[in-house]
Amino acid sequence: MPLVALEKVSSAYGMSQVLYDVDLTVEPGEAVTLLGRNGVGKTTLLRAIMGLQPVSGGRILFDGADITRLPTSRRARLGIGYVPQGRGIFPHLTVEENLRSGLSALEGRPGVSARIPDYIHELFPLLNRVRSRKGGVLSGGEQQQLALARALVTQPRILILDEPTEGIQPSIVQLIQNALQRIRAELNVAVLLVEQYLEFAWSVTSRFYVLRRGVVVDSGLTAGRDPHSIAHLLNV
Amino acid sequence: MGDSAVLLGQLFNGVSVASILLLAAMGLVLSFGLMHVINMAHGEMLMVGGYLSFLTLKFVHGPAAFLACLLVAFAGAALLGALLELSVVRWLYGRPLDTLLATWGVSLILQQAARSIFGPIGVELTAPAWLNRSFSFTQGWLAGVQLPYIRVFIIVLSAAVLGSVALFIGRSQWGMLLRAVHQDREMAESLGVNTRLVDLLVFALGSGVAGLAGSALALISPVTPTVGQSFIVYAFLVTIVGGLGSLLGTALAALLVGIFSAAVQINFSLSTADVLLLLMVVALIQFRPRGLITRNSRSLSEA
Repeated sequence: MPLVALEKVSSAYGMSQVLYDVDLTVEPGEAVTLLGRNGVGKTTLLRAIMGLQPVSGGRILFDGADITRLPTSRRARLGIGYVPQGRGIFPHLTVEENLRSGLSALEGRPGVSARIPDYIHELFPLLNRVRSRKGGVLSGGEQQQLALARALVTQPRILILDEPTEGIQPSIVQLIQNALQRIRAELNVAVLLVEQYLEFAWSVTSRFYVLRRGVVVDSGLTAGRDPHSIAHLLNV
Repeated sequence: MGDSAVLLGQLFNGVSVASILLLAAMGLVLSFGLMHVINMAHGEMLMVGGYLSFLTLKFVHGPAAFLACLLVAFAGAALLGALLELSVVRWLYGRPLDTLLATWGVSLILQQAARSIFGPIGVELTAPAWLNRSFSFTQGWLAGVQLPYIRVFIIVLSAAVLGSVALFIGRSQWGMLLRAVHQDREMAESLGVNTRLVDLLVFALGSGVAGLAGSALALISPVTPTVGQSFIVYAFLVTIVGGLGSLLGTALAALLVGIFSAAVQINFSLSTADVLLLLMVVALIQFRPRGLITRNSRSLSEA
């Protein structure tokens, strides 16, 4: 049974439809990339899974249960961790408070201790050094690490990442890439990634979907598929 | 009695009025800052606090009775606020004008209810004996100045409430979640924060503090069905001058409005004072359209 399954999901902003009957699955522990040009509905799709964007048709299943109408906070508590585009750091909260805010997702989960796991500081050693600084003064790369770490505090079964490499210097991209690989290998967390940077996507995910004007036009395994073979679907 | 003594006495009155204004405005600032909801029935929370204090004194006697009043006023107004949030405000999310109208309706209902129960004429609260004294200065340049304990008490109460609310927002777990919701509602929700519950809590807290204001106000003037109406206008002025979403700004604005009003009343009538006050506010928001204290991203935290 897939961990997340979208069945013929449609979504619209007012009168203009963005997603048309999208089918998409992510298996437990699997990492999947969602590709496409700007404005084809990638972010809308992630927001729909998170419950931040209303769905006008179709169903979203998590672990077999229909979550299409569930409030966002309940989805987070089920185990969906979200790192939005722009990272969503609380600017006037300290780094530590930003991390602690993720503990809210653990309420009502039996057998889960409400604390920040040690491996988070091991994955992102920087955060401990800047823990009393305000989130808003961190650099883009630091914020991205904080956003990832904060999503991990919710002890997710799937991480939803919206362009984590956008506007970030190469050395930090490398660090995030390593962290994601370790998260997948050691914590068995599934990943659904939206990414423009193909090499990065190929290095952390094993399957891909290509979205074009709100419709899935291609999908397959990343292994054996030259990322440049789908570049024509992505470049303007 | 010298000029400086008159001035000081009036200044002191201004500060004590400012204290009540601060308590009244705090709830408006909190609920507008967090939920972008303007609650027209907020003034009635003040009225409810006043009447609840009046009722409490009927049943509780002794020197500590007034402290019981404060507790009952806070709890009662907070409960009523929670009820209002659950039954009206919550269903009108993202529709500010409808909220305005609906809460105005609630305000009229509450006023009429008070009129039916307690009558149109105000009820008086007898302040406990330990508050019925005053500091008097008999010598020096302050000779003739009287500082009634009641007003000192109100100032202390208001400062204590401001401090506690600031501590609650700045230090407690709930306060942190409140700040998170305030800064990025969607992200907080995505991290599992039950934002509806945070909204409810903040609304109830703001109403409860207004109830305290009503209790304090009952010490210095009779409680009438329209007491909320007369105070809410000033509370809105304070909110606007202070900059929405900042407790420090609210405190400064309350002081400004209270002291300005009291100082003007030395030489002018009450209505002239109101006109001058409004002119001052209009002039001020020409220069600081977003209030005294502003931040790029408004926050309640640095109170």
